[in-house]
Amino acid sequence: MYRYDEFDHAFVRQRVAQFRDQVARRMSGELSEDEFKPLRLMNGLYLQLHAYMLRVAIPYGVLSARQLRCLADISRRYDKGYGHITTRQNIQFNWIKLSDMADLLEILADVEMHAIQTSGNCIRNTTADHFAGAAADEIEDPRVWCEIIRQWSTLHPEFSFLPRKFKIAVSGATEDRAALRVHDIGLQLRHNEAGETGFEVMVGGGQGRTPMIAKTIREFLPKAELLSYLESILRIYNQQGRRDNMYKARIKILVHELGAENLAELVEAEWQQVRESAIDLPEAEVARIERYFAPPPFEVSADADLDAARCGDSEFDMWLERNVNAHKQPGYAIATISLKPAGKPPGDITAEQMEVVADLAERFSFDELRATHQQNLVLPHVRKSDLFEVWQTLKAHGLASANRGLINDIIACPGMDFCSLATARSLPVAKEISTRFADIAYQQDIGDLRLNISGCINACGHHHVGHIGILGLDKRGEESYQITLGGRSDKNAAIGEIVGPAFSADKIVDAVETVMLTYLDQRQSGEAFIDAYARMGREPFKERLYANN
Amino acid sequence: MPIIKNGTVVNDEWLSVDDDAALPADGPVIVSLSRWQSETDLLRARTAPLGLLVESHEQIADIETDLSAFELIALDFPTFRDGRPYSTARLLRERYGFSGELRAVGDVARDQFLFMHRCGFDAFQVEDGTGLEAWLRAVSEITIWYQPTGNAGGTLSILRDQLQAAE
Repeated sequence: MYRYDEFDHAFVRQRVAQFRDQVARRMSGELSEDEFKPLRLMNGLYLQLHAYMLRVAIPYGVLSARQLRCLADISRRYDKGYGHITTRQNIQFNWIKLSDMADLLEILADVEMHAIQTSGNCIRNTTADHFAGAAADEIEDPRVWCEIIRQWSTLHPEFSFLPRKFKIAVSGATEDRAALRVHDIGLQLRHNEAGETGFEVMVGGGQGRTPMIAKTIREFLPKAELLSYLESILRIYNQQGRRDNMYKARIKILVHELGAENLAELVEAEWQQVRESAIDLPEAEVARIERYFAPPPFEVSADADLDAARCGDSEFDMWLERNVNAHKQPGYAIATISLKPAGKPPGDITAEQMEVVADLAERFSFDELRATHQQNLVLPHVRKSDLFEVWQTLKAHGLASANRGLINDIIACPGMDFCSLATARSLPVAKEISTRFADIAYQQDIGDLRLNISGCINACGHHHVGHIGILGLDKRGEESYQITLGGRSDKNAAIGEIVGPAFSADKIVDAVETVMLTYLDQRQSGEAFIDAYARMGREPFKERLYANN
Repeated sequence: MPIIKNGTVVNDEWLSVDDDAALPADGPVIVSLSRWQSETDLLRARTAPLGLLVESHEQIADIETDLSAFELIALDFPTFRDGRPYSTARLLRERYGFSGELRAVGDVARDQFLFMHRCGFDAFQVEDGTGLEAWLRAVSEITIWYQPTGNAGGTLSILRDQLQAAE
């Protein structure tokens, strides 16, 4: 993974010192809350319902054991002994004191971490395929370009006061695990006919109150020219994005109003002016960054078939089935650590669990970890013959739920338990659903399913792209929950359709089960929920959900 | 309001003239883009230095060929949240080669100085009481930059290059 050089270190220290001064000016009253707000947001600090919340950046989800141990330490010293993995592959702490902030950032800087641009109207943490550098279906490792984007976007002086936040995702694999098409910019690494690598550039996807699927504005961008092209898109957006209404300020609205073709033309014209300038990195600098992402020293002899790792333990077999994915290196596998045990808030991890996972990463995964936008962790490079031992350790610490990609692998925002924007709670709904479907055999019978819950229209819980989406609303002071069906964030990305009137808090879990029973009754052999929905449409679900009304 | 230019407090010798006010016979004035467009000949005929005020929504690409007429261009920030003047500043400096005074006016506060400075602003109209010391501190808080913008000194790839050359 990337390591800071002396300049990166010096930069982050300067940034911490700058924020220390800003906090001091806030605490002395020199800065009003209004003036301080954008400053703290650009350092990841939110003011939530009960306390400050700090969102620490995990650039493109890549984490080392040392860093995870540091996060465990922070959660003990400054929070309540746990952290929360977010849908931007970051980690949040919910109980932070303003007076601790600068010291805390200093501790993060010691392990080459920061909280820069995890909030605010700027370019946010770039996300990536969480199997990057490991996936069997990878064309090229996207992390190199994620790091290049991270550096370019960090404190970009021109793009720190954008009309609205800006999110970029990158994938280098055949399968889209990074939800590219619901990002402001989605970048897909691909080969052209000449066999060169470049990016397909998609623009204007997003969720929130106006969900949209991104449009491709360039089929193939030579990868060496990525930054000049991104700079062109951002400049057009900075100049022409709407600033009169914050709900219409994302680039998706600009794409919608101008039309993708017109935007593509504007970007192309701007790019002709800025390409071949100092913005694109010299080859030597790209090569320098590339070296950090060289494959770890895999053992060539480790090619044991996954079956050989099975031990006649059916629980282990289930975990292998669901949580282990194919690796590009023979003999190795990718193991997903589910942070979705039944009855617990999705994405939460205790300090003790962080330390267990850090140990496992060090012993069994070349000191590498990933955080996923689905709020899980990943050990990217595990020898197949080590999987049983890894699983046993995970199991002993409540980390072996065999439910990756099943109904209980819920994405949920923090909702009204923490968030000041929320209109309903999402965590209790997630807990109730995961308790209802706790039987792993039941989950497996249902099969591949993505259930996402948001506590308000801002859609941080990605409900628009859940196969089943749940949106928490406030109806005359009562929490109520709207169900959408058929959303997805993969290559065939689609926005879910609202199935009908919302359900009250005490009816929503029954409603989810009704959707499941409808599917189980009507599915064809081997047909996943999302495929059954594509075949049958909304009606059979609607009929059964509202049968008694 | 005081002006900080190139790291010192200077007297503002420029007079901002409203669109409906009469032009003084002599002395440096700053006029709006629309006044420039409607009274170009009149303004060109003056011998005193001419400055241009550009609102954040106005595009300077339209007057690219006129830029040599101005010794000063002031870019207005209606609120610090409006980031459009940063793009305008870079275009003026890097694309159109504007070398006169580039002045930030409007909602111009300490915690934005650094970004403005990096985009090519060299003059700042600040609130009374914003000391020079605060300005000097603000623009030196970060000395290492990942992007080659405006005044490119200290860019990381340059620093890394120098380091490598020295090794």
